[in-house]
Amino acid sequence: MVARWLNQERRRAVLVIVWVASLAWAPTFVLAQERSITMASTTSTEQSGLFAHLLPAFKQATGIDVRVVAVGTGQALDMGRRGDADILFVHDTQAEEKLIAEGFGIKRTDVMYNDFIIVGPQGDPAGAKGKDVVAALAKIAEKSSPFISRGDKSGTHAAELRYWKTAGVDAPATKFTGYKECGCGMGQALNVGSQSDAYVLTDRGTWLSFKNRGNLVILVEGDKRLFNQYGVIVVNPAKHPHVKVQLAQTFANWVLSPAGQQTIASYKVGGEQLFFPNAPR
Amino acid sequence: MTVLAPSTLIVLREASVAYGAVQAVRAATMRVSQGDFIAVVGANGSGKTSLLRLLHGVVAYTGSREMLRPSGVQAMVFQRPFLLRLSVWNNLRIALWLAHPDTATALRDERAEQALRRVGLGALRDRPARSLSGGEQQRLALARGWAVRPDILFLDEPTASLDPSAKKDVEALLADFAADGMTLVMSTHNLGQAKRLATRVIYMDDGRIDIDLPTSDFFASGTPGRAGLFLKGELSWSLDG
Amino acid sequence: MSAVTESFSTAFRLIVHADPALVRTVALSLAVSGSACLCAAGFGLASGAWLAVARFPGRRIVLLVLDTLLALPSVVVGLAVYLMLSRSGPLGSWGILFTPAAMVVAQTILVLPIITALARQVVADALRDGGDQLRSMGAGVLASALLMLLHERWAVATVMLIAFGRAVAEVGAVMIVGGNIDGVTRVMTTTIALETSKGDLPLALALGLVLLVVVALLNVVIALFRRTSGPLAAELR
Repeated sequence: MVARWLNQERRRAVLVIVWVASLAWAPTFVLAQERSITMASTTSTEQSGLFAHLLPAFKQATGIDVRVVAVGTGQALDMGRRGDADILFVHDTQAEEKLIAEGFGIKRTDVMYNDFIIVGPQGDPAGAKGKDVVAALAKIAEKSSPFISRGDKSGTHAAELRYWKTAGVDAPATKFTGYKECGCGMGQALNVGSQSDAYVLTDRGTWLSFKNRGNLVILVEGDKRLFNQYGVIVVNPAKHPHVKVQLAQTFANWVLSPAGQQTIASYKVGGEQLFFPNAPR
Repeated sequence: MTVLAPSTLIVLREASVAYGAVQAVRAATMRVSQGDFIAVVGANGSGKTSLLRLLHGVVAYTGSREMLRPSGVQAMVFQRPFLLRLSVWNNLRIALWLAHPDTATALRDERAEQALRRVGLGALRDRPARSLSGGEQQRLALARGWAVRPDILFLDEPTASLDPSAKKDVEALLADFAADGMTLVMSTHNLGQAKRLATRVIYMDDGRIDIDLPTSDFFASGTPGRAGLFLKGELSWSLDG
Repeated sequence: MSAVTESFSTAFRLIVHADPALVRTVALSLAVSGSACLCAAGFGLASGAWLAVARFPGRRIVLLVLDTLLALPSVVVGLAVYLMLSRSGPLGSWGILFTPAAMVVAQTILVLPIITALARQVVADALRDGGDQLRSMGAGVLASALLMLLHERWAVATVMLIAFGRAVAEVGAVMIVGGNIDGVTRVMTTTIALETSKGDLPLALALGLVLLVVVALLNVVIALFRRTSGPLAAELR
């Protein structure tokens, strides 16, 4: 059979071929990072599918490759501090301004916003449904309904905590037993939420592409406070000389330009626009 | 200062070997001379293997062990030879390389060829060594030993695991080696073999060397004590073995 | 149960259609883990052989540390390597963070203890059998150990397979140092993690099945080679 066919010489030949072929992929390692930049962004942004729509347009316009490392906002900003990224694309204005103040970013510019929503079990045991996020959260805390938080220092998590504070619930983990932190990304939190029929604060983008909804539906949306502002920051070469400033600035300029803004607006999931460009004119 | 006869290779004086609390060899005194073919006989556990290892110099001992040529090469053949998972040819080459790392490769290869032919394994050169029969493997071990040109070739029960025809082949080779002038020290529990091949017989009992005589003297009747019993016990079935 | 059956059919479809993104991801997984094993092999096997024969004060402690490293969590390795390769770290000037090279580095560190510990076991066991005879043939202590590696090359191959399995199946290290960048450092395991976190569980499961199939194929190939050499080979010819 095959074993018989594989005699001494043929075996050697096959080994040599495999060995040589295995070197064939080596060039991919060295694959020129010449016209490419590393962008630190958030998991929710990447999972919304925006980059798959936006970045090819940018590449076509400029020939620059953008390599997205999608992590939590906290880690993304940390990457900026460490100089492991050339450009940041995150959504936590306070934390971003702090980074600029520390000198790690050249400047911060509004680029777009999306919104948060609260999803929950169809039966809505806490009676959270409506247009008021703060009131909804207060009711959830009062009824001690199950609520899943990302708990990962992400932009979403930071926003969530701000809403709780406004609702008079300062450290929700200590205030009611229904509150659970998973220390995970948005999709994972939704997974847990759908499994345990819990309320979850999520960005609309992740929700629209989330497939494992179970019993969950949108309960709270439209509150102006739920708008989630994105900012773009070029990492400061003064702190990290190796940063590809020119290429990064090209991206920042493009995404803030009418072309970039239009591309953002044209991204739709299920016919719905997810992100609303609002770069300063 | 000891006066060593010109052809003496090893002298043991009151040498002992112990493994922990167990005394394997007790106060052995003997010498190995050039051209000897010594058969070390005795019951299982009498210390034959340990005596061989002591002479070969691979075991710790107390007492005195003098070597005429300390840098001389020795080789040992075991009852079940350890062969590497390589061809017959490569096993030989490695053995030669281990024993003579500084010799030129071409010379070593030539010697390996000679050894192969000497033991009649030329046709099996490229076969995996482990696929050989018991007798063939032992002949390969003999080739390994012969190839390195040892001053002394030690053999620890070399034919104990072989069938009669393989045993005959090995014994023929050993007789040839002896005829060529090689010094051999062999342990065996086969008295017939000792009688056929050896020039001298050492009888061991419980770690002690009881008797050390030329072969003819050893097999003469009237050997006293336990040795005599041993002889009688063995004699009936192993004389023509 | 339907999620599982959906996964099987998805896996089948993916394999049959040889979806190019999938092929690229699988190739990268194999390349990264394969390279890591190759890099670790030389040093790991030699160290293992040496440890089998070396006798020095503190040897027991070294062996203890080695066995402990077998349980090194991949995320910990990933984090440590990230800190080393970060631009703010000591090796930042290499600039290999978020590239496959960094992933190879991390996985090499991960499999090194496995290869070393198992090689040590293989050599120690082999020496128990034939160490005496090798010594009597004039082999030095280290030479015996290395000869035993050659002698037990199929056991060594198994060791390498185990190491490869560990490498190709891990996600913690490659996620952190690779960044899971689409088309650059995304491998099978990080893709599975991504699809899971996006809630596409059947796809994640399907990818897991694909990975298993690929590794199974690899094992079959190696088994075929094994059968055509070694003591059985003569009979098979």
